[in-house]
Amino acid sequence: MKILIIEDEIDMLQNMKQTLEKEGFLIESATHYESAFQKIGVYAYDCILLDIGLPDGNGLDILKILKEKGINDGVIIVSAKDSLDDKLKGLNLGADDYLSKPFHMAELNARVKALLRRSNFGGTQNIELGNLSVNPEERSVWINQTEIELNRKEMDILLYLIANKNRLVNKTALAEHVWGDHIDQADNFEFIYSQIKNLRKKLTAHQVDIEIKSVYGIGYKLDVL
Amino acid sequence: MKLLNYTSRYFVIILLFIIFIWAAFFYYNMLDEIYDSMDDSLENQKGLVLQKVKDNPEILQKKQFEDGYYTIQKLAGKPKKMGKDKYRDTLMFMENEKEFEPVRLLETSFSQAGNYYKLKLITSMVEEDDLVEELLYSIIALYLGLILSILILNNFFLKNTWKPFYSLLEKLKKFSIESEHKITFEDTKIEEFALLNKNIENLLYKSQESYKQQKHFIENASHELQTPIAISINKLELLLEKNNMNEDQIETFSSVLQNLERLKRLNKSLLLLTKIENNQFIEEEDINLNLLLQELLEDFLDYSTYKKVELELIQQKNLRARMNKDLAIILFTNLIQNAIKHGKVGTQIEIIIHKESVMIKNESDHTIPLDVDKIFSRFYKETALQNSTGLGLSIAQAIAKKYGFTVTYTYKDLHCFKVNFQQT
Repeated sequence: MKILIIEDEIDMLQNMKQTLEKEGFLIESATHYESAFQKIGVYAYDCILLDIGLPDGNGLDILKILKEKGINDGVIIVSAKDSLDDKLKGLNLGADDYLSKPFHMAELNARVKALLRRSNFGGTQNIELGNLSVNPEERSVWINQTEIELNRKEMDILLYLIANKNRLVNKTALAEHVWGDHIDQADNFEFIYSQIKNLRKKLTAHQVDIEIKSVYGIGYKLDVL
Repeated sequence: MKLLNYTSRYFVIILLFIIFIWAAFFYYNMLDEIYDSMDDSLENQKGLVLQKVKDNPEILQKKQFEDGYYTIQKLAGKPKKMGKDKYRDTLMFMENEKEFEPVRLLETSFSQAGNYYKLKLITSMVEEDDLVEELLYSIIALYLGLILSILILNNFFLKNTWKPFYSLLEKLKKFSIESEHKITFEDTKIEEFALLNKNIENLLYKSQESYKQQKHFIENASHELQTPIAISINKLELLLEKNNMNEDQIETFSSVLQNLERLKRLNKSLLLLTKIENNQFIEEEDINLNLLLQELLEDFLDYSTYKKVELELIQQKNLRARMNKDLAIILFTNLIQNAIKHGKVGTQIEIIIHKESVMIKNESDHTIPLDVDKIFSRFYKETALQNSTGLGLSIAQAIAKKYGFTVTYTYKDLHCFKVNFQQT
């Protein structure tokens, strides 16, 4: 699947590129309004990550033109402004999602995957990891055809880790995603450990083929066995 | 002491003294003048009597005043002070008035044909007495009237003259450096006040400007810091994923990562604070605080369970407030988080919704009241909690202030934070 990243900050672009390439996506990038414009005209992308604060133009204009031309690439707006106004404008113009800087790469990954799932399979297809089968839209989990009851947070954690499978997920990223952005760095997020523990217990009780590993002091990692 | 009273007080003391001296001087001077004129007329009469005696020696027998104004008394020998005039005040019984009346008396002596005589001349002082009395009252009345009118005029003029000054004070009292509102002064004809107004206007304008610049600087600085911090965190995460490090290295990187995260938090909080103060949260809605707190408490369940405290929501009333929803969430998140963070293990944290306020009470190992003057200031930390930004309560207060609400802290066995939604 092909993703276009329109971002003027080179380091940021590299991080995003590296992260998404690891997931097996084909990445193209543009650092300017003009070059972005040219790429959109030539290729079709499954997803476009659009920074609206470009040095030579407003990213929202790119979005406008995309929609005018009837190009239905999925668009995630990336903005450093964190302003509601931009967010509303972007979503009204037909953007699929909005990600405000700074964000964790795990969050980017999750958002991109969610978007691709929605646009490619209409969200109907289950995610299969060994004997584990998850439907994010219905929020249901099966292991060997047995449905597992998870609470809201356990579900959120599992989905987030699945979107970032085989990758180290920073516990801050996880906490912000599940408990909300406003949660302060309360005691280093040690409290999320109890939810992880519960989740593990429920999954291993059914001999699941995945493992949620704690990585010393940093976060968690979901491995498929 | 007020300026007016201050000057009036000195005025009164000095005036009382000076005018008193002046009045006394004036009074005695006048008195002297009156006596002088009486004595002159007595002396004149003496001359007339002496003339008369020479012409008509019969009157030398006049021993009583009766119908006249003088008596003559023959002396046995030559008096010691021959021809010397002696004036004095005395009382004399007046037939027509049937009482003693004050008189001025001149006593002198003269010789006539080898005999010595004592001459007494009188003149009534009734009118002069009245005059003196009248004079005294007039002076007292004048004295009081003068002081009173000077004071009133002084007050009046001072009040008028200092009017621009008082209006300046009034404006300074209401001045807030945070407000965008510029102070303006009315024109005054008094040069000093015009200068004062102009200088203060300049000063205030500069302070407001530098305050604004400082706010924008903090906002810009934290905004600019965001991206490099985020990039560093991302790079570290990517590096850690490569998984070719030993535990020692991972530990170091983990610590770097955590500190970067902390920096990010801090920066984000600072940015949030300046955004609140720069009025960048415009959207407002009517928020059901009961519902909001129920949801928040659910979010906090994991944290509170981990910290072994119990969250108890007591909904005495239904409470709604008109504000930005994100800010409402942040306000209560910060306060509840604060309560959990410092809550004593095994105790209960009560969140009570009243008619117009929400109270958050927690027990703590810290059993003395916190410093009310400091807890809401930026970067103030009562405890050395590493993960605290020291901005949570400042943010809570900034949010409350923005909407005219108040956050207050009291201590009575429990630490209690109260958000009052009654707009002040």
